[in-house]
Amino acid sequence: MSEARVSTTQVGTTQVGQTQVSKASVRELTYSYAGAQEPALARVSLELPEKAITVLFGPAGGGKTTLLRLINRLNDLVEGTSRSGQVLLDGQDIYAAGVDVAALRRQVGMVFALPLPLPGSIRYNVVYGPRLAGVRDRARLEELTERSLRRAALWEEVKDRLEASAFSLSGGQQQRLCIARSLSLEPEVLLLDEPTSGLDPISTAKVEGSLLALKESCTIVIVPHSVQQAARIADRAAFLLGGELLEVGDGQQVFTSPLQKRTEDYITGRFG
Amino acid sequence: MKQGRGGARGAPAGRTRWSEFAIVALIRVLGFSTVGFVLLIFAFLLREGLPVFFELPASTLLGRLWYPTFGSFGALPLILGSLLVTLLAVLIALPLGVASAVFIREVAPRWAREVLKPLIEVLAGIPSVVLGFFGMSVVAPLVRQWLGAPTGLTAFTGALVLAYMSLPTIISVAEDALDAVPRGYRDAGLAMGATRWQTTWRVVVPAGRSGVIIAGMLGMGRAIGETMAVMMVTGNAARLPLDAAALFKPVRTMTATIAAEMGEVARGGVHYHALFGIGILLFVLTFLINLAAARTILRRRRKGGLR
Amino acid sequence: MSGQDARHGQRRRRAGRLWVQRLGFLLLGLAAVVVVAPILVVVVGIVARGIGTVDWEFLSAMPRAGMKEGGILPAIVGTLLLTLGTALVAVPVGVGGAVYLAEYARDTAFTRAIRLAIVNLAGIPSIVYGLFGLGMFVLFLRFGTSILAGSLTLAIMTLPVVISTSEEALRAVPTEFRTVAASLGGTRWQGVRTVVLPQALPGIITGVLLGLLRAAGETAPILFTVAAFYLPQLPRSPLDQTMALPYHLYVISTQVPGMPAGVQNGTAFVLLALVLLLNFAAAWIRRHFRRRRPW
Repeated sequence: MSEARVSTTQVGTTQVGQTQVSKASVRELTYSYAGAQEPALARVSLELPEKAITVLFGPAGGGKTTLLRLINRLNDLVEGTSRSGQVLLDGQDIYAAGVDVAALRRQVGMVFALPLPLPGSIRYNVVYGPRLAGVRDRARLEELTERSLRRAALWEEVKDRLEASAFSLSGGQQQRLCIARSLSLEPEVLLLDEPTSGLDPISTAKVEGSLLALKESCTIVIVPHSVQQAARIADRAAFLLGGELLEVGDGQQVFTSPLQKRTEDYITGRFG
Repeated sequence: MKQGRGGARGAPAGRTRWSEFAIVALIRVLGFSTVGFVLLIFAFLLREGLPVFFELPASTLLGRLWYPTFGSFGALPLILGSLLVTLLAVLIALPLGVASAVFIREVAPRWAREVLKPLIEVLAGIPSVVLGFFGMSVVAPLVRQWLGAPTGLTAFTGALVLAYMSLPTIISVAEDALDAVPRGYRDAGLAMGATRWQTTWRVVVPAGRSGVIIAGMLGMGRAIGETMAVMMVTGNAARLPLDAAALFKPVRTMTATIAAEMGEVARGGVHYHALFGIGILLFVLTFLINLAAARTILRRRRKGGLR
Repeated sequence: MSGQDARHGQRRRRAGRLWVQRLGFLLLGLAAVVVVAPILVVVVGIVARGIGTVDWEFLSAMPRAGMKEGGILPAIVGTLLLTLGTALVAVPVGVGGAVYLAEYARDTAFTRAIRLAIVNLAGIPSIVYGLFGLGMFVLFLRFGTSILAGSLTLAIMTLPVVISTSEEALRAVPTEFRTVAASLGGTRWQGVRTVVLPQALPGIITGVLLGLLRAAGETAPILFTVAAFYLPQLPRSPLDQTMALPYHLYVISTQVPGMPAGVQNGTAFVLLALVLLLNFAAAWIRRHFRRRRPW
């Protein structure tokens, strides 16, 4: 407890590079699943700059998804894990005692690899989060629906059939619906786990386009589904291998002149 | 970052927290309630039944004569009656049930499966008293005609009806057991050139052996506790079934005794306590049977990695 | 030459083995027929012999002349009331218990104790439930021989069915929905309430119906807790006794000499029809919604 408070006061806002302000930071994070020999994450430290896209990339099993799910405590649902280190959001430890986890997750949204609409209408999906949070005002929900769908670049396609089942949408539309669903909570951070892995190139382009627009208002952390995608959208890039953070830096720099040999090997397709 | 963050998004944090807390506490209590019920049932059986063990000496309780009107409470004929009917029923039902399960799982074409399974489900749902009525009015006369038993209400008739009543249990447990046999066993058998029959008989069935044993045990548990049907078709004579001919004579089971006599008994008397005493015995017997079966099932489930 | 012989022998052995297989499968199929045929005989027999007696009067009139004439209305109403009472208790307790096991319980010794308790509840003989109901509800809690006491006894007996089937239905709902609900700021209970329970509902209803049909057909647990031998009036409060179909069938087929076969057959038919109706309803719901669910 006291340790957490010390670091809180010390590291209110960390400077990343020259202009960027860190929205969240990961400190010496080590994490293991039940029965696993090796930790899924080993002493990972990372700054997530505000209003920018941070890309977590690397071969499968490197701990990307785990890291993502630790930033909004979604891994609390997994039993028998152990964790040391901290995740700070606006300088405060999200794993400290007394943190309202539900509120944290409203603030830090998550989009999954497969589109996972909830059974129900498109509108139901979009307003699901706000309604759980206690928003009852119809006009407010109406407004949230349109705004979130617009921000996810889906509004024009579905505005005439908001009552239709979410499962009637195409895969790409479903995934943008899931993004809209997260956005309706107006999160400050949005985590995306290979959000385009099941999508065709056109849908992928639409999703990427909406992400680039979103970073104006939102801190984005994404596990891309390919190195190409990573290079296209990264403001900042972190390379994870076997649970360790090998390299982190400006997106342009990591993908053009990586400092580490293994990063370069991975980017150029020699393994992974 | 205490509660302020949620509040900004309109979360009625306090109220949600409290109602959620109450609901989860309630759900927890409901989850635990089953344990409470088992204990409660046992407690009440003991409360009403234990006195008999002080009122009568043990030798009397295990005597050969159940004749309550004259104060004779020898439970031996009832115990043996139950055992005879139950064992015979399982003897009939187990091979039939296991064979049917093998047929359903391994052999039957889709359409046959879709006819068989719902029918067996229907059997599981037919009230015991309806089966008893049918046994009385249809099966018993047949037994009388074919086997020359005076009334047709015999241990054998009871076992026959009981066998069918325990079939749904036996079949579903045996099916689960066959289901749990790894796919690879079958493939390996077939790959070695064995026919499907050989694979089924020499590989799949032996691999599911513990399941078959459990099926038999649970079928027995079901049969020993069955009341109405047995009472209606066994003739209810409390005599010791000691020779082979007893099969085709009336017997009386523990369950039937309770059902038939509890209605006319003075509450708090020896007879009343004695009937609860039989209840204790039934409870303990079925408890042990289910405990043993459950242990095996739970152990296998854990080994198999199923949650 | 010898190669050909060997091949010939092999073929013959193979043919022999196929014969064994055919015979074996035939025997297994025969076993299945022996199991199933009597079920058909019972159902068809009861229906064929009983359907003739059942007319509107039989269903809607009070019994007369020592139950030998008139109808079986009080028995039908009694059974419906008992089933309703059973549902009122068993559904909330059972579904709540299932939610606990499927959504909250961790693998602890206590959880294992709960599972063991459920298995054992399912195995306790129905007549023992009758004894328990007599001891606890009728005598100790002084509910007397009443619908209340009978319903509570039947409810506890029905619990294991409701819990097991509901838990299965809850577990069939993909984990992802829970994860999504959590990721959108839902608490565990909110996820269960808004997504998991609605999705599991058809399965839960099926399980509840299966449990209730068993309760509706039970005789032993109501023998000493509620059932009236001959009571030609409808119950007016939960503390009243009532006639009930299964007990009535037992009474008129064993306890009353000279009972007309028509009344017996008719009663058996009505009871069986009620139970089968619930059975088909359960099967229909399961089929219908399994096809319609989006996942």
